[in-house]
Amino acid sequence: MNLSGDAAVWSMIGVIVLLATAGDVLLAGAIRQIGDFDVIRSHSGLKGAILAVLCNVRFFSGVACMALSFFSLLFALSWAEVSLVAPASAALTFVTNAFAAKWILKENVDGRRWIAAVCVCAGVFFLSR
Amino acid sequence: MTFRRYLVLGAVMIGASVGDTFLSKGMRQVGPVSLHHLLSLVIALKNPWVLSGIVFLIVFFASYLTALSWADLTFVLPATGFGYVIIELLSKFWLHETISPARWFGIVLITVGVGFVTHGPSYTNHDHPGAESEAVTTSDAEELTAAGREDRSA
Repeated sequence: MNLSGDAAVWSMIGVIVLLATAGDVLLAGAIRQIGDFDVIRSHSGLKGAILAVLCNVRFFSGVACMALSFFSLLFALSWAEVSLVAPASAALTFVTNAFAAKWILKENVDGRRWIAAVCVCAGVFFLSR
Repeated sequence: MTFRRYLVLGAVMIGASVGDTFLSKGMRQVGPVSLHHLLSLVIALKNPWVLSGIVFLIVFFASYLTALSWADLTFVLPATGFGYVIIELLSKFWLHETISPARWFGIVLITVGVGFVTHGPSYTNHDHPGAESEAVTTSDAEELTAAGREDRSA
């Protein structure tokens, strides 16, 4: 594959990672807005918990981003090998999610969580070898 | 972390990994799908392995949302990364694929990462930016919630 081909594949991987991260952050933000499902279920039952999720706009934005990420993955797979695209996008998503969770969701991403994200990211890389 | 919450994390891992493996087995039976005949993907839905895979992926999504309701994203994602290990083990012992030494090393790294994150707090509260040092654990948050309920009832 020539340089422009490589650049195109990595651009597509970048799009997948961005959309997957946006989807994860929007879903996590939506669920945090809704609250603990166990508490909701104890007050208004399973129907109440499902309704709380289905009435949240941020949840559907998250699902839309996840769906777009999935279709971007399918598109990328028509251009490049699955052994590159799938692990590369999964591993990079771990890292971008850690940054997004720290800066957007204001999570406490301490040393332990950074080490875990890096270990899992490296592990996914080696699984693709 | 209660035992029930570990079960939810387990459902996330098993739902994703078994779902993906079932989809993979089903799509092998269906055969390659051409970009010019994308409608044949609909026919793939008739395959029992593909259908079972979708059911497991629905279980994964429901468990994933449940886990996010009481844990941080940076806790849930690495903790459920063990699903990749389950996929590798299913590939080896069920689909009879070969696992190279590099892959075994990857499995070890993921297991170490999961061990790291699950020994820490699952949830941290941040009412204002820069409150990392005031982060509280799930058990602290539960106590605060219980205290709040008592205050309201009084």
